[in-house]
Amino acid sequence: MSQGADWNVPSRRMGGPPEPASRESASLADILERVLDKGIVIAGDIQINLLDIELLTIKIRLLIASVDRAKEMGIDWWEHDPTLSSGARDVLDENERLRRRVGELESGPGADREPERDQGHERGRGRGREDGP
Amino acid sequence: MTEDARVTWLYAVTAGRDERGAPPDLTGVSDEPVRLVENAGLAAVVGSVPLADFGEEPLRAHLEDLPWLERAARAHHRVIGRAAGYGQVIPLRFATIYHDDDRVRTMLRERRDDLTATLARVAGRTEWGVKAYVDPRAFLPDPADDEASGDDSPGTAYLLRRRAQRDDKETAHLRATERAEEVHTALTALAAASAAHPPQDARLAAYEGWMVLNNSYLVPDDRTEEFTAAVTGLGERYPDFDLEVSGPWPPYSFTAPPEAEEAL
Repeated sequence: MSQGADWNVPSRRMGGPPEPASRESASLADILERVLDKGIVIAGDIQINLLDIELLTIKIRLLIASVDRAKEMGIDWWEHDPTLSSGARDVLDENERLRRRVGELESGPGADREPERDQGHERGRGRGREDGP
Repeated sequence: MTEDARVTWLYAVTAGRDERGAPPDLTGVSDEPVRLVENAGLAAVVGSVPLADFGEEPLRAHLEDLPWLERAARAHHRVIGRAAGYGQVIPLRFATIYHDDDRVRTMLRERRDDLTATLARVAGRTEWGVKAYVDPRAFLPDPADDEASGDDSPGTAYLLRRRAQRDDKETAHLRATERAEEVHTALTALAAASAAHPPQDARLAAYEGWMVLNNSYLVPDDRTEEFTAAVTGLGERYPDFDLEVSGPWPPYSFTAPPEAEEAL
C-alpha cells in the first residue's frame, strides 16, 4: 500500500459550499457502515447478529428520529424509500379522500353543514371560496 | 469461566509479521493491548477482552448503547488502521470473537487459502469513499409547470398543488439519482471494484438534503491522484453536486468473498 503511515481517513469535499467544521476526521456513520456491515465475516465462537443491531440502532431508531427533522425541512424522501413506501400510499389515499370531501362541500348546497351561517347576515360571503386568495 | 475470564477479539488478518510484532502501544476495544497470533504464514491482530463485557448477552446489550458502540467501533477501526500502516490487512467484521488464541490459530490454518487470496486481491489497492449530497430544490422541475388551472376551486387547487409538490420531489429525486449514476460510471472506470452503501442516516451523519451517492471504490495505488482529480473534475462539472471523498480506508468493502455478499 502506498500510504505507509497511519490511516487517519480525512474526508474532504470537492466544490460546493464549505463543510461545517463539526465533521470528524472519519465520521461515525462512515466507520459504522464499514465495521458493522463490511469487513470479512468469519464465524467466531461468540455469535452476535449484527444485522439486528444495525437495523435497530442505526436504521430504524435514528431514522424515526430524523423524520421529524426532515419534515421541518419540507423533505419527504422516505416516501420514495421502498422499505417505507406504505406510508406514501396512505398519504395518497388520504389525499383522495380529502379531495372527494372538499368536492362534496363545494358542489353541495352546504347549508346543512354550516349551521352557524343560517342567520343570513353572512350570506354575501357564501362559502368564502370566491374571496379566496 | 471465572469472572475475569477473557476471550479473543479479532481486528484484522495480515501476512505473517516475523519479528516485527504488533504495532506498539496500541490498545483496542476494551483498552487492552493489541497483539498478534500467528499461524500458517498469517497473523491475526487480536486483543484479549473480558468475557463479562464481550460474552453474547452483555455484548448484545452494549451494542444497543450508541455511545458504547461508537467508542468500540472507533477503537476497532483505529486498530485496523494502525495495522494497515504496517502492511496489507483484511479488516474483520466488528465483533468477531473466539474463546482463545488456539481457536484463532485453527481458523488461520483452516482458512489460509482464501485469506491469502484475499490479501493478494487487495494488495496495491486502496478503498476510497465518495458521497454526493444534493439540495433537492436544485433538481425540482420548472415551477411554471406546477400552476394549477385557474378553473379549480381553492380546495382542489390546494390539493393539486400538494400532489404536484410530491410529484416534483419524485422527479427531483429521479434526476439527482440519474446524475449520481453518471458520476458513479465515471469513477468506476478508474477503479478495480466498487461497492454501494445505503444512504447514511441524516441525523447520524449530520447532513441536509439528499445523499444520492455513497459508494466505495477500490483504486489501484498508482491511480490515486487520477481518481481524486476525477472527483474534483466531476464536482466542477456538476455544481449542484456536493461531492465528498473519504479515505484512504483499509479495504473494508472489498474483502468479503462474493458468495457472502450474495447471501446478504
